Amino acid sequence: MKRATVLAVAVLTLLSAFVPPSGAVTPDEVLDDPALEARARDISAGLRCLVCQNQSIDDSDADLAKDLRVLVRQRLVEGDSDQEVVGYIVSRYGEFVLLKPRFSARTLILWATPAIILLGGLAYLMANARRRKTVAEAQPLSNQEQAELQKVLRSRDRDS
Amino acid sequence: MIVELGHYALVMALAVALIQSVLPVIGSIRQDAGLMALAPAAAVTSFFLVLLAFIALTVSYVTSDFSVQNVWENSHSLKPMIYKISGVWGNHEGSMLLWILILVFFSALVAFFGGNLPAALKANALAVQAWITAAFLFFVLLTSNPFQRLNPAPIEGRDLNPILQDVGLAIHPPLLYLGYVGFSICFSFAIAALIDGRIDAAWARWVRPWTLAAWTALTAGIAMGSYWAYYELGWGGWWFWDPVENASFMPWLAGTALLHSALVMEKREALKIWTVLLAIITFSLSLLGTFLVRSGVLTSVHAFATDPTRGVFILGILVVFIGGAFSLFALRAQSLKQGGLFAPISREGALVLNNLFLTTATLTVLVGTLYPLVLEAVTGSKISVGPPFFNLTFGPLMVPLLLAVPFGPLLAWKRGDLLAVSQRLYAAAGVSLLTALAVVYFATGAPVLAALGIAMGVWLICGSLTDLAYRAGAGRVDLQVMWQRFKGLPRSAFGTALAHLGLGVSVIGIVAVTAFSTELVTTMKQGGQTVSGPYTLVFEGLRPNTGPNYTELQGRFAVSRDGEQFATVTSAKRIYTARRMPTTEAGILTIGPSQLYVSLGDETPDGGTVVRVWWKPWVTFIWIGTIIMSVGGIVSLFDRRLRVGAPAASRKRAAAAEQAI
Repeated sequence: MKRATVLAVAVLTLLSAFVPPSGAVTPDEVLDDPALEARARDISAGLRCLVCQNQSIDDSDADLAKDLRVLVRQRLVEGDSDQEVVGYIVSRYGEFVLLKPRFSARTLILWATPAIILLGGLAYLMANARRRKTVAEAQPLSNQEQAELQKVLRSRDRDS
Repeated sequence: MIVELGHYALVMALAVALIQSVLPVIGSIRQDAGLMALAPAAAVTSFFLVLLAFIALTVSYVTSDFSVQNVWENSHSLKPMIYKISGVWGNHEGSMLLWILILVFFSALVAFFGGNLPAALKANALAVQAWITAAFLFFVLLTSNPFQRLNPAPIEGRDLNPILQDVGLAIHPPLLYLGYVGFSICFSFAIAALIDGRIDAAWARWVRPWTLAAWTALTAGIAMGSYWAYYELGWGGWWFWDPVENASFMPWLAGTALLHSALVMEKREALKIWTVLLAIITFSLSLLGTFLVRSGVLTSVHAFATDPTRGVFILGILVVFIGGAFSLFALRAQSLKQGGLFAPISREGALVLNNLFLTTATLTVLVGTLYPLVLEAVTGSKISVGPPFFNLTFGPLMVPLLLAVPFGPLLAWKRGDLLAVSQRLYAAAGVSLLTALAVVYFATGAPVLAALGIAMGVWLICGSLTDLAYRAGAGRVDLQVMWQRFKGLPRSAFGTALAHLGLGVSVIGIVAVTAFSTELVTTMKQGGQTVSGPYTLVFEGLRPNTGPNYTELQGRFAVSRDGEQFATVTSAKRIYTARRMPTTEAGILTIGPSQLYVSLGDETPDGGTVVRVWWKPWVTFIWIGTIIMSVGGIVSLFDRRLRVGAPAASRKRAAAAEQAI
């Protein structure tokens, strides 16, 4: 809940009870192998702390988050790939645990929105520009206009 | 007594707002100058009434009058004075009152400065403001009355949430609301124009200063909130893509788009329909943000259930205003005539591109924020949409937009020459590429993306400087003339350059801290030392300390570089007496643009203390950039052209002078 807290409370202050903020990962959890630890941190940053509000297990000091962090590290030490670790956590806790939802039928709109708006907008603008161009395309002067123009130009020549 | 007076003033303000909602509109239909003139008078009256109510609440906070429920719930007699005052809006009821106060403040400003507005437009715009005011006054009076009394009165209050006991609370919400609510003026002008069915470049000129003022306040407010989160949360994050943050970020993105499209409308009479739509969208997003935050629907689905009336009430306001505005827009938009034509490669074209990307970004954030709610309501399945999603979608959208920024101001109106503009930007591009190479060279092993990111920040900075240089006549006139011209440039040119430059500074900060910050979690005992970035920290031990309404345990660290101690940094763990709630006070040492961030954790059984140390290179650039952007907004606001009416007034005076002769 820490994430939501400062701004949430600042603006809304409806919350009366929340977990006090402090760091999450403790020294006893840290793996000896820095490469493995870095992978563990990366994976944890993408997993939701299920008892918190919008907070990854990497940021949360809730007990459940700690259990999950330890679990992630255990699997890594046992030689799982990143995908296998995430797959394992998802199989136990469901897709709700993923902070970046997987691309699927039910997240189609979510993932497609940026592309649809951007490409749709571009297409609309291009169509619009083409239409405008045809409107704005200069029509050749009619004979009468041409004569008028010559007259104006001649009179100006005479003046100067 | 003063409490009842405040309550009474609020009811009176509602009555005045109701009058202001109806009569000026009738006046504008019947061309009745008397009825229309009611609007500014009513606007000023309701401002003073709400101000009275706000003062009444503030007085009961300052005097710790715990017979008022709101004060009892959120204050404490031992609380420092600044938090007694800022505590007024550190709770739901009080912050809604502040929201309304700022709303009527803006109405009063329109009444005051709007002397040169067409009577009908002014009357209608103020009436629309009054509709919003009335709706929110109803909301406060019926569901969130801050003046509720308690009998018998408790002896001591329950204190303000410790996290809010910070100078941030004194600044962040008022600034944020100035931004949020400031966009109501753009909304009201848009609705008034739609009612009138007439809209022209002058409309854009009237709306632009309000947009600019709101945008400036919102920029500063969001940045302030971000820095507050950064130092208060104790682990050095500065943006979390939290729904509540998104709620303020969406109006900012839309408002930024509005700022740019209103420019096109003012200069070239193009993009009229789109600008009106954006004005409606921006304030709708402010309302949506208020709803999301106030109803608690996002922070907790259950908060809705605990007090459904509030959520439903604001949802009602939301539906009526947004639905009504869009319906009116659909009905009337066709009657607005489109103006000026332009080629795709032109200043207008660049601003359209800006709008396209900003709108896409806004909708991406909107969909990402609401998707889990909607999906759960529709299908019952729960998903999370968190920072990794936003980083992956929002980030790439910003890249082309930021790359294009320096081109915009250099392109000519109507039809621009992309090749010529590119040639002017050769120097900026060269400096940026050199920076990228330097980053890779000096920070060995720096990710290429980080180097390119920093180069992009430099590109934005050099691009804005290039713009100023060419406006001053670089390459065409000698230095002295250039300096004269530079001094004579319109303020809005400086505003644009500063805003874009600030953006570049922020980008550098964001990229640098994302790519190069290091984190260290360790257990330390007194006298122990650890290394973070180029610095060595020696733990000097813990010692207790007592504040006015808290006790704390301070940990001191001596910071040295190359064996030479040059500073100490203190981090603390606090317990606030009234709520028994612990907080972490991070120790932050600013070294140049970078910061050393130290946070104390728990004590271990063997007598050590868990310590977290972050080295955050260039992190302050994030907020310095936003300050520069806000300054750009303020400078632009003082542009002579935006002091609406200045030329008209002088013309009138000249005419009067002629007559006198």
